[in-house]
This record gives sequence, C-alpha cells and structure tokens, in this order.
Amino acid sequence: MIAVNANLTSSAYLISAVLFIFSLKGLASPTSARLGNTLGMAGMVLAILTTLFVGHHLIYSLVGFAILSGAIVGVLAAKRVPMTKMPELVALMHSFVGLSAVLIAIAAVYNTAETHTAVQRIELFIGAFIGAITFTASIIAFGKLSGKFSSKPIVFNHQHLLNLVIALLLLGFGIVYYIQDSQFAFLIMCALALVLGITLIIPIGGADMPVVISMLNSYSGWAAAGIGFTLNNSVLIIAGACVGSSGAILSYIMCKAMNRHILSVMLGGFGGDSAIDTAANSAQKAVKSGSADDVAFLMTNADSVIIVPGYGLAVSRAQHALQELTSKLISKGVHVKYAIHPVAGRMPGHMNVLLAEADVPYEQVVEMEDINNEFGHTDVVFVIGANDVVNPAAKKPGTAIYGMPILEAYKAKTIIVNKRSMAAGYAGLDNELFYLDKTMMVFGDAKHVIEDIIKAI
Amino acid sequence: MNELLTMQNITIFVLAIFVGYHVVWNVTPALHTPLMSVTNAISGIVIVGAMLQTVTIGGETLNLTSILGTIAVFLSAINIFGGFMVTRRMLEMFKKKVKHIPEQSK
Repeated sequence: MIAVNANLTSSAYLISAVLFIFSLKGLASPTSARLGNTLGMAGMVLAILTTLFVGHHLIYSLVGFAILSGAIVGVLAAKRVPMTKMPELVALMHSFVGLSAVLIAIAAVYNTAETHTAVQRIELFIGAFIGAITFTASIIAFGKLSGKFSSKPIVFNHQHLLNLVIALLLLGFGIVYYIQDSQFAFLIMCALALVLGITLIIPIGGADMPVVISMLNSYSGWAAAGIGFTLNNSVLIIAGACVGSSGAILSYIMCKAMNRHILSVMLGGFGGDSAIDTAANSAQKAVKSGSADDVAFLMTNADSVIIVPGYGLAVSRAQHALQELTSKLISKGVHVKYAIHPVAGRMPGHMNVLLAEADVPYEQVVEMEDINNEFGHTDVVFVIGANDVVNPAAKKPGTAIYGMPILEAYKAKTIIVNKRSMAAGYAGLDNELFYLDKTMMVFGDAKHVIEDIIKAI
Repeated sequence: MNELLTMQNITIFVLAIFVGYHVVWNVTPALHTPLMSVTNAISGIVIVGAMLQTVTIGGETLNLTSILGTIAVFLSAINIFGGFMVTRRMLEMFKKKVKHIPEQSK
C-alpha cells in the first residue's frame, strides 16, 4: 500500500514538472503564452495538493493560513503594480524565493525529528547559501531599481579580496557544519552568505540592472533546485533547474545586447564618477534646442518616423500619450514605427510590455536587428528618454561602451531627442548624437513634451 | 541507498538544465518580461519544501521549524500567486494589442 502511494505521488510530482516545462515552452511565443501560464498554474496546484496528501504531521491550519494570506498579498500586488515598476516587483519576488530557501534549510537543520546524512548536510549547505545570496542581493537590486539606494556602483579598495575572504569563511563554517553537524556553524554560514549577497551586488551600477535581474532570476532557480536535493524531490529539482537555465540564458542575451562580459558585470564598477565628470565638461558644447511646435512641424511633414523609446519614457509614464501621438501621425499618412533595443527599460523585454500596455499594435514594434538598416532612409527619428542605446560612441574603439550594438539613429535625416537635461546616461558617457547639426534637443519631461506636440499637430 | 538517490538527483538536475535551455532559448525578446515573471512563480515551487517543514515535532505544534516553515509557505505563496497573476495581466495586454481593440478610457 505504501509503495503504491509512493509511486502515485512520484507520478503526480512528475506530471507537475512536465506541466512546468510546457509552461516555459508556451511562453516562447505570443500565441501560446497564455496557455503556458495556465499550465504553470495547473502544475503548481497539483504539486501543492500532492504535498498536502503525502506530508506527515503537516499542520494544515498553519499551511492553509499561510497560503491564503500569501495569495491575498500576491494577487493584490499583481493587480496594483504599475507596469513601469515590474523590475522592482520581480526583484522583490526573487528575494522571497531566496529567503524561503534559507528559512526552509534552517527549519530542516533545527528539525529535531530529522537526522541528516553527510550528503544531505552538503545539500542543505548549498541550498541555504545560494538562497541567502539571492535574498540580500535581490533586496539591494530592488533598492537600486526603486531609487531607495543610489544606483551608482559602490567601489572601494580590496573589495574583491573582501568578497573572497567572506566566501572562504562561509565555506569554512560550511565544513564545520558538515563535520560536526553544528547548528550554530550553520547559522553563521547563513549570516555570512547574507553579507556576501550585499557585497557582491553593491559594485554593480544601474546600467547593468537588466543583467543583474536576469542573474538573480537564475540564482532563485538554483536555490529551489538546492532545496529539491535535500528533500529528494524531483519536481523541485526539475523546476529549479529549468528556471536556473532560463535566467542564465536571459543574462547571456542581456550581456550580448550591452556587449558586456558577464564577469565584468559581476566585478562591477561600470558607470562610475570619473566618466560622469567628462560628460559634465563637454556639456559646454553647443546643442540646438527646439520647441514642441518645431517637433510637430517636422513630424507632420515627414514621410517616415521611427520612435526610439527608452527608460525616460517609462519614468514619466508617457507611453499612453506617445500612442496617441502615433495614431495622430498615422492618420496624417506618416509611417510610424517603434525601434526597441534589447535593454530598453530596466529589465529584459520591459519596453515591449510598456508599449503593449498602451495598446501599441504589435506590427509597429520592431526589434533592433530588423530596423537598423531603415534609419538611413527615415526622415525623423524621435528619441525619447534613451541615451546609451543610440550613442554612436559604441562604434568608436576605446570608449566605455565600444562594441555595444546600438540603434543607428544617427543615420536618419533629422533626429529629435527628448531628455530632461543634458545629464549623461547610465554608462556615464557623453553622447555626440546630441551635438550633430541635424539633431534638435527638446528638453522637458517626456509626457509633457509629447502632450504639447499632440496639441501642436 | 543514499548515494544512489543523490546520483539520481544529479542526473535529473543535469537533464533538466538541458531541457530548460532548449525550451527557453528561442523565446522572442518581446516576451522576456512575462517569461521572467512566470519563472518567478515557478520558483515558488519551494513551497513544497516549506510545507514539509510546517510539521508538528513530538506532538508540539509551535516549534522553530514549523514557524520558519509557515513564513516560507507565506513568502512562496506570494510568489506563486503574484507571479502567475502578473504574468496573466501582461499577456492580456499583448492579446489586446493583436486584436486591435481601441484604447479604453482610463
């Protein structure tokens, strides 16, 4: 009888793991994405029900209460979060996975009803320290994204040495725990991992946030897989490994889009103060600035317009106004397209979500590789709150962003740039695009500027 | 017995990494954010581990293990519900876009 039950539960967990894989598969294309999401939910329900069925001595009241209150918080958060704040929400949720993993590991270590074999102790150690690093690193990432902490990299002497020392100490206490099964050593190890999560993430600047958030996505998967090992639970291992590799792929794609090496991102220090100084110096150079009326005139007389939205658009929540402007231009016979850089916004694919929210039709949104050869025969490029992704310095050897693929806006006949000020972008670099003769700067908050343009048309 | 189990787990783990890699590799850039939020929800699977620690020990309901377990269940439940719901919300926006429904008044 017991054997039958074991087979039954293993099968149920296996089905739920397969559902998760189909869920990820579904997310690959827009047509199947919603089905994918539903399959993921089904897999999760099955896994939870199975666990309720197999668990020994489960406290059902506490479990039910925790699930219910978590559900309320989660649903409210999901319904209320503005799309511009998605990166913050995702970072926060990564931290929850990390914290859960640590708590589960500590709970298991202090579970007097369980004894842990040598192998299980190694697994607990791995699950706990990945979880702890994910937790604090995600909290710092959340702080940097939401502006609660400075997004500038924090760099100091012997930083990497300090990280190494912490990591070695962590490993040392892990070994003590392994040999002596000492709960105290385990707690110290967790505390060190929490510190390491902070010290690893503070040198990484705001520009690299899309990479960091993908990396933490990956870590949260590995943490889940680590917990799966200690429980000998295949669904946790499979789901964790899939999430881990998914996050790793996204990190790789983001690194490629910024021409950054994953190691140099992690070592940090990109976009520091020295670079910002040079930007301040060259701000003396002359720029041509214009008004909303000028922009309206240029755009309505153009045949083709490409809009390059950046983070500034998201900050001022101008996507709806922008959509209105686009429809007006289209009704006047202007061809309008949006050019999306892979790292536009603060996380992978963020700009696509913002434009979708504003009901911009799918076919107007074009990815970088597909639109770059169109800039040459485009009348007007309208750059809104984007900077580094259109910086021609990326084509010049020796600059900080050399080799980064950019949207070749500088090839267009006229370039209009909307920015709040002449401040440098996240890379801290000056952008010579702004000083070209054919470039007109329109200063001001993106939403106000766009609304003024709409009025002027 | 235990070593055998661990080897099995490692086998599952390595194979699952390859599955994940092949499944996710071709995701269109437009769906990167929903992909990330759905993987976030799926990492909430740690709830299984959390539930298995929310147990009575020697007949005692409130012990360190069950308290930590309950907190972990709560946190993972936020992830599960929040992750799937926000993914659905985003995907609804993409669907609207495909069907060309005019912008709703806000």
